[in-house]
Amino acid sequence: MSDRMKKLALMILAATGLASPAFAQLRLTITSGVTDPIPIAVVPFARAVPADGGLDVANVVQRDLESSGRFKGMPRTDMINTPTSAAQVDAAAWKQMRNDYVAVGRLGTTAAGDLTVDVELVNVLNGQPVLSKQWTTKPANLRNTAHRVADAIYKAITGIPGAFATRIAYVSVDGKAPNLHYQLIIADADGENPRKVLQSDRPLMSPAWSSDGKWLAYVSFERRVSAVYVQEVSSGKRSMVSARAGINGAPAWSPDGKKLALTLSGNNGNLDIYLLDLASQALTRLTDDPGIDTEAAFAPDGSAIYFTSDRSGSPQVYKLGLSGGDRPRRVTFTGTYNARPRVSPDGKQLAVLTLDNGSYRIAVQDLGTNTMQVLSKGSQDESPSYAPNGAMVILAGRERGQGVLQTISIDGQTSFRLNADAGEVREPVWGPFLP
Amino acid sequence: MKNVVLTTVLIASLGFMAACKTKPEPTPPPPPQQTSDTSGVGDAGATVDDTATGGPTGELLSKRVVYFDFDRADIRADSQAVVSAHAAFLAKNPSQKVRLEGHADERGSREYNIGLGERRGQAVRRALLLSGVAEAQLSTVSYGEERPAVAGSDEQAYALNRRVEIVYLK
Repeated sequence: MSDRMKKLALMILAATGLASPAFAQLRLTITSGVTDPIPIAVVPFARAVPADGGLDVANVVQRDLESSGRFKGMPRTDMINTPTSAAQVDAAAWKQMRNDYVAVGRLGTTAAGDLTVDVELVNVLNGQPVLSKQWTTKPANLRNTAHRVADAIYKAITGIPGAFATRIAYVSVDGKAPNLHYQLIIADADGENPRKVLQSDRPLMSPAWSSDGKWLAYVSFERRVSAVYVQEVSSGKRSMVSARAGINGAPAWSPDGKKLALTLSGNNGNLDIYLLDLASQALTRLTDDPGIDTEAAFAPDGSAIYFTSDRSGSPQVYKLGLSGGDRPRRVTFTGTYNARPRVSPDGKQLAVLTLDNGSYRIAVQDLGTNTMQVLSKGSQDESPSYAPNGAMVILAGRERGQGVLQTISIDGQTSFRLNADAGEVREPVWGPFLP
Repeated sequence: MKNVVLTTVLIASLGFMAACKTKPEPTPPPPPQQTSDTSGVGDAGATVDDTATGGPTGELLSKRVVYFDFDRADIRADSQAVVSAHAAFLAKNPSQKVRLEGHADERGSREYNIGLGERRGQAVRRALLLSGVAEAQLSTVSYGEERPAVAGSDEQAYALNRRVEIVYLK
């Protein structure tokens, strides 16, 4: 263990307080509907007053499911009764009201002061129970448990793990140029529960999650020049890992969390991609080209990186195998501008920023067929990031000069907008599944 | 219509960039500097630029910003006189240091724009070096699109934001 790592470990042990609450609260709105969503009734759960703190768990679950684009929740005003167990569900009656599924639940308390959440899911088309599960949680974590309930319902019906109990990180900016104020924020995937992990009067950019969700890497200009930092999310303790001459940018964690891919330029201004071993500080050069090479992203198995390079004259995405001796191979050919690649969790698809008829938009490219589909509809969209289940992409767009966040289902059918109530938000990155 | 024009300009500029891309010898960056640990959940970075100084005055020398065309990193004819004036001043004052801060407009990918800002800073750096300024007098930093001079998403704002600022240091 290097001295630096020892020092870092000590600081983590000594760490105490967490971040203060942020000011930029996001609001989620539906911006485009779904053609054929699965109808589900999420009946209000039996409450545990006052331990539940007034949180409407069923409402959180319903909003999560609808935000995936795959579900349409039944309005509560249309419900004729409010069963709280599967035994009370009259399947035929709920089917009559055009539901495929009914979710019911009840909260309880334990002697230790924890909350229990019992949830049952009934397929009312055939009357069969699909899911019956109990969660136990500290009252303070009830919202997270609600997201986990939504994850379980989503998986029981679609077969795909839900990604509602995950987090996003993003950069929030307020003030008027050139006097801007930057914050790095972590929030629940639905934008709720935001907390500030860093603020600066100089730019913060390019946040990146480690694959275990415990660390963020990012670029900060707090020393006037760029430097790459890693910060432990739980303690807030941070460490500067690259402040070399020239540019230090575009950090990306290797899947095993031991290395960072970085963009460095040195004094001569030539941007290339390097691999930094965090424990040993050993630096390996990955690309060597006079053009701009940047924005590395690892394939999920760690065998290759994808990156942006303008070695051909315009920015395009290239792939470089890391087994040694490989040469970068161009993978995007549609249009004059493809940048900022991110690899889908199954490794079969890329999300990129593409120039589409004069507008900067997010597209996905199938790595098997190389066909590209434009997902977003803005004029200045950027920074795509996959949900860990691969079903959604979060991205940043611009509306009336303000940066906003948006999620889009991978089939392009559903999109949701996350607006900040003040300032602008940008560079969203979707964190991994949490244990 | 605007999109068509933009696309045409872009394609034209990309062709130009490809044609005039320089081929410097790639050199590895210097070894890592000492790393530091900071307990920084709070604030990082202050606004006041305590490294900058007023610098020289005069019609040309008081101009400290060099502007660039869309997706270009070559110094325009209308900026040559300003760059030459700073070059002459710096060559005569070898102890004076400047920081060249490169910027891009807000369109496109943020980290790629860091590269574009750096390319512009390097263009000014090369012009100064060719005019006899010493390498030790010059440093570059690229802020990409992260520090716009003016807010706005129109051509006028973009033109003011594609720039290199020459910052005289204490």
